[in-house]
This record gives sequence, C-alpha cells and structure tokens, in this order.
Amino acid sequence: MSISPFLWSVIVGFVMLNVVMLGTAFLMLFERKFAGRMQNRPGPTEVGPNGLFQPIADLVKLLQKEDIVPDKADRGLFNLMPPLTVTFTLVMLAVVPFSENILVADLNVGVLFLLAIGSIQIVPVWVAGWASNNKYALLGAMRGMAQGISYEIPLVLCAAVPVIYAGTFNLTEIVEAQQGWGWFLWWPPGPGFFAFGLFMLCALAEANRIPFDIPEAEAELVAGVSTEYTGMKFGLFYLAEYLHTFISAAVASVLFLGGWEGPGPDGWWWMMAKTLGLFVAIYWARWTLMRYRSDQLLRYCWVYFLPLSLLLVAAAGTWTALVGLPS
Amino acid sequence: MAVTPSPTPEPATQRVGGLELPVELLRPAWGDPYLDLDDYDAESDVMALNLGPQHPSTHGVLRVKLFMDGEVCVRAVPYLGYLHRGVEKLCEKLSYANVTPIVDKNDYVSPMMNELAINMTFEKLMGCEPPPRAQVIRTIVAELQRVASHLLWVGTFCLDIGGAIGGGASAFMHTFRERELILEIFEELTGCRFHYNHHTVGGQRHDIPAGWDTLVKQTLDHIERRTFEYEDMLTENPVFKARTIGVGVVDPKLAMACGVSGPVLRASGGDHDLRRDAPYAAYDRVDVDVQVRTEGDIYARYLLRLAELRESIRIVRCLIDDIPEGPICALKAVKLPGAVKPKPGFAYTAIESPRGELGTFVVAGPGKRGKGGPNPYRCKIRPPSYHVLSLLPYIAPGENLSDIIAILGSLDPIMGEADR
Repeated sequence: MSISPFLWSVIVGFVMLNVVMLGTAFLMLFERKFAGRMQNRPGPTEVGPNGLFQPIADLVKLLQKEDIVPDKADRGLFNLMPPLTVTFTLVMLAVVPFSENILVADLNVGVLFLLAIGSIQIVPVWVAGWASNNKYALLGAMRGMAQGISYEIPLVLCAAVPVIYAGTFNLTEIVEAQQGWGWFLWWPPGPGFFAFGLFMLCALAEANRIPFDIPEAEAELVAGVSTEYTGMKFGLFYLAEYLHTFISAAVASVLFLGGWEGPGPDGWWWMMAKTLGLFVAIYWARWTLMRYRSDQLLRYCWVYFLPLSLLLVAAAGTWTALVGLPS
Repeated sequence: MAVTPSPTPEPATQRVGGLELPVELLRPAWGDPYLDLDDYDAESDVMALNLGPQHPSTHGVLRVKLFMDGEVCVRAVPYLGYLHRGVEKLCEKLSYANVTPIVDKNDYVSPMMNELAINMTFEKLMGCEPPPRAQVIRTIVAELQRVASHLLWVGTFCLDIGGAIGGGASAFMHTFRERELILEIFEELTGCRFHYNHHTVGGQRHDIPAGWDTLVKQTLDHIERRTFEYEDMLTENPVFKARTIGVGVVDPKLAMACGVSGPVLRASGGDHDLRRDAPYAAYDRVDVDVQVRTEGDIYARYLLRLAELRESIRIVRCLIDDIPEGPICALKAVKLPGAVKPKPGFAYTAIESPRGELGTFVVAGPGKRGKGGPNPYRCKIRPPSYHVLSLLPYIAPGENLSDIIAILGSLDPIMGEADR
C-alpha cells in the first residue's frame, strides 16, 4: 500500500496533535498524583475512579470561568497571546521524530527550526505581560525575557554537540547516527554527558520550571505574566508550558538518548518511555526544589553555563576532527 | 568646609525616662525611612508597587507600598490595620473571664500564648498565684505551642521562597503533618483544635486527661525524628542556601531600636529571652538554653527556629514526667462571668511568645462601693509582630523583590496580632 508523503504527514500531524493534547491533560493528572505522593497526600481522588477524570473536570471548570479583560489592557494583544503561545509550542512538535515514520516534517534543518521556535516562545509571554497592563505581569515579563534570552545561548551550544557528532541538522539522521547503542550521552565519552545535563537545565529555564520558574514566581508576582488571565486563556498558558516541557524532554531524548532505540524491538514506545522518564525527572525536581532569584539565575547562566557549553562544543569539535565522525 | 569636632567628648550613655541608654540607640546612624515619602515622582523611573493587602505572600493582609527601581526596592512602607478587629476595645467591654476566648484570635497560630499572656496580667492584678500544677501545665502547653508555631513558620517560609506549586509546597505539607499532631494533643486536652479557651484567671480550665503525658512524649519523639527530615531537605539545600544566606541582615542595634524581640533579635546576636531573663509560669524549674546566633540573616533565623524547636521539645520532656499533684486553679470555679473583680490598679506582664515579647498592660477600673469593676478599664497588648514589621522600611531598600518576600516571611509577622 502506498500513501503519499503529504497525506501521511497530515495524518501523523493530526493524530499527534490530538494524542499530545489529550495526553498533556492526563500528564497533569499524573503530576498531581505524583506530587501528592511526594507530599504525603493522595492527590485528586473525587472525579471518576481514583480521580481519573479530574483533567476533564478542570477543563470544564476553566471553560466556565468568566472571561475578564482588564479595562486598561491592550485588548487585541491580550487576547491574541494565549493561542499564539500554544501554537508556537505545537509547531515545535512538527519536527520531533517519534520513530522512523512517525514524524510530521522531516526537515533537514530540524535542530535549527526547533531552537528558533523555542526562542520565539519568549515573545508571546513577554507581550502578554506587557499587554496586561499590570505591574506584576510586567515584572514577570521582563524576568522571562532576560531569562529566555540568556538561556537560549547555552541551550543552542549544547544542542550543537550532537549536531557536530552526527554531522547533520536533521533530527532523524541524528538518531540514526546513534544506532547500535552509540548514544551521544555516553559515546564519545565526556562532552555528550555534560551537554545533556546542561541541555536539561537550560530547557528547564526555557520552559519556566522550578527551580527556574522566575517569570511566574507566584509567591512574589502573584502569577507573573498570567496574573490578569482568567479561564481558558490562563489554561492555554498552562498548556503551553506543559507542552514545552514535554517537547524539551522529547528533544533531549532524540539528541542524546538515541531516540526510538532501546532493548527489544525499536519503535515509538522507546521514544515515549525516554521522554516520559525525563518528564518525571523534571517534575521530581519541580516538587523538591525552591526557586532561585532572577539575578542569581542570570549569573549562573553567564558565569558557569555559557563557558562550560563553549568548552563542550570545543571538545566535541576536537573529537570529531581527530577521530572522525563516529559510527 | 571641614566640620570641626566638638571639643567635649559625647557621653556614652544618656538617661531617658529613668533608663540609662546607649547614645547610638537614641541617635541612630540610619535615616528615617518614612521621611520624604511624598517626593515620589510619577514621571521618574521609580515604580510604586502595592504589595498586598491581597497577595499570596504577605501572610494575611499586610500591605507594603514598595517604590521599585526595576526590581530593586528603593523604599518600603508597611501599612497596617487591614485586620483590625478592635480586640483591645472588646476586652474593655467583657468581663475578665470572658476576655480569654477573644484574645485567642490575636496570634492565631499560637493561641495558647495569647491566653497565657493576658491571664498572667489578670492574676497579677488579682494578686493570686496559680497552683504549681497549673504552672507546669501552662509551661508545657506553651512549649508545645511554640513547637507548632515554629513548624508552621518553616512551612510557610518555604512557601514564600519555593512557591505553592513546587518544592515549597512539599516542605509545607510535611511540616503541617507534624503540626497536626500537636493540634491533636491540644484537642485531647481542651476539646478544641485551635481556639482553646484553656487558661483562665488563676489557672487552667481543663485538667490533663489520663494518658495525656504518654501521648505527648510519643508525639514529641515522633516530631523530633521528623525535624531531621527538614534538615535533610532544607539546611544543606543549595537553592535554599543561595536564597537565604546573607540576605536580609538585621543589625542588632536596629532591632533593639525598633523594639524587636524573639527569634529575629536572637538570630542577630541579641541574647534576650524572657523565659530565662524573667521566668514566669514554671520556667524557673528548668534551665532554658537560649539559642543565639550572630549572622542575623534569614538562614540564621531558620537555623535558630529549628534549634528553638528542639529546645522546646527538651523543655517539655523535662517537665512532663513530674507534674505536681493538686488543684489546677487558684480561684473557685468561675460560676458567673463577673466573679473576677480585681482592685483598681494596673499591671504589665510579658511572656516569650514564638515571635518575641508578648506583653499585656491592663488597667483595672473602679467598680461599685469601692470594689473592683467586673471588666478591665484599659487593655493594651504589645504584639511582637507589630514591632518586627517596623524593621521592614530599614532592611528592605536595596533588596530584590524576591528577597523582600523572603525577608518578610523570615520576620514571621502574624497580622492578626499586629493589627489586633
């Protein structure tokens, strides 16, 4: 049976969109249960068997909420930003390969595309804070801007390490370069390992997760950029953040953990398992750590992360020049 | 133009109101933060930010007006009174025995302390001494209340720096789990979980039930083991240390000038604890090992409160095994609310509440036929939280907004007490 590549892309895109959106809702439930266990409480239990339908109840609640736009807010921008931020995040999903066939667009500059869209993500968040005409939102937006721009650089440099090893920007080819257990995490030894750790840290900062969730530090800034947003608009910000975290985990699995390769038959299940594993690690950190102050965060970035990532790129380049491309 | 030094050397101390005070306390080196408040220029780069009264981290309804240059505070002015309920006026309208449940609500995380403070003043006015059994029970419940209050502080402070959706909430849930055990002890004793109405003029209302001492000992063992979990989670946590060490340093002289007492003063090096310096209740039976640290930053306040928590557990263990037998109230059981009638006069007593010196000044008014009246003529409560908040204008300028929240949390103000 032959099927045109375009049609296949459309089908995969449609299925992936729905699976990820629905999955995100249940990931939220999973996180709440997980956090509950960490905190000596059961988490949501009321809606459905053992709280299984809680995300649906949450969604209905969010949809029912009164939609408030502040009088002095920039109405157009204010309303545009929540859908825009979700759209940008979902666009990132297009180039992430979940297996050899399950990907929407096989771009030959996939890594660049991902990083570019990831940095555009800062803009809707910043504009949302600005358009809210709220001082807390403005402070959150400014923090988010400073943090996003700073952490973009080590993130890109860490992503450059597997690109140098594989000699390509294409995500599928990067995974294929890691076949036979030659994951960039441990082979070639050294740079890949540290680049993976640094990539995860910077991805946390990009996706505004604790300990780097400074733009929406609710203890200080009430809710940061989303202070003035109500109902589903707030829900969209929340969704975008979850998706961003999920995609960061997926990208890290592709770049460093060999994508869909694993013991037994290879396939999307391994990719999913790795992504979810990283996702749980991110949430483990989230429910354990406090948050840094924004100036500390920026100092760590410029003083430690940036030189270290430059060093890693140099080491990866030296290895490739001396030993040649692996595999 | 050079300033010529004055020929006569300045005296080191000066007599003010019958007290010999150091000169530097009277003429502080720091300026008045409340001066030139109104020179805020709307066109300047300084932004006025109202922190509260509705804000997740202002511990109730404190409002702080912050003048911010970017994210750095230029000036901070706390505004109080959003939780004013007229408790002092209510005390004037109620009989002495009826006042206790009203003052319960002042410092709502340590109600036992409020009851103890005001009833000690009434007893001083009446000239009656509670029996030894009542004194020991008072001390035990006071120390248990201190444990509960400090546990709550650790949790809420972590909420302030860690966020309600994050590691802060995890610490909060764990400390509340232990605080709950203390509330259960009190429930066993008084029947109430929170606003106990346990103390009365001349002693206690409730005698301890059978098996209560075993329950207390078991619970304290449990809590002491659990406190090491917080140490594991917080004390060496790099994020926690990065946020607290060297932040919000309080000068001990400034603290004394503002009338600050309790853990904030002791973390700055002020060696002052009423339990040791002016023992009340049964504190003369135990040696209180007063914890003092000299760093004065938030981390020192955290370590000090944890050490105080352990010290309180030790004090309870010293007392719980030999509670004297006898009556629990020096007066006859109060049949009518107006039965307590002290002679006209005034009295001040102070206790060491978890937040510092909780003092009460009561004037007993004249009643009919030259006897005492049935209710206080004037009742003034000196809350430690009120004084601790007066530190904020001095230490907040120059700090980041995040640090102001952390500092505010570390000062541990209870607005119910500050506003009364």
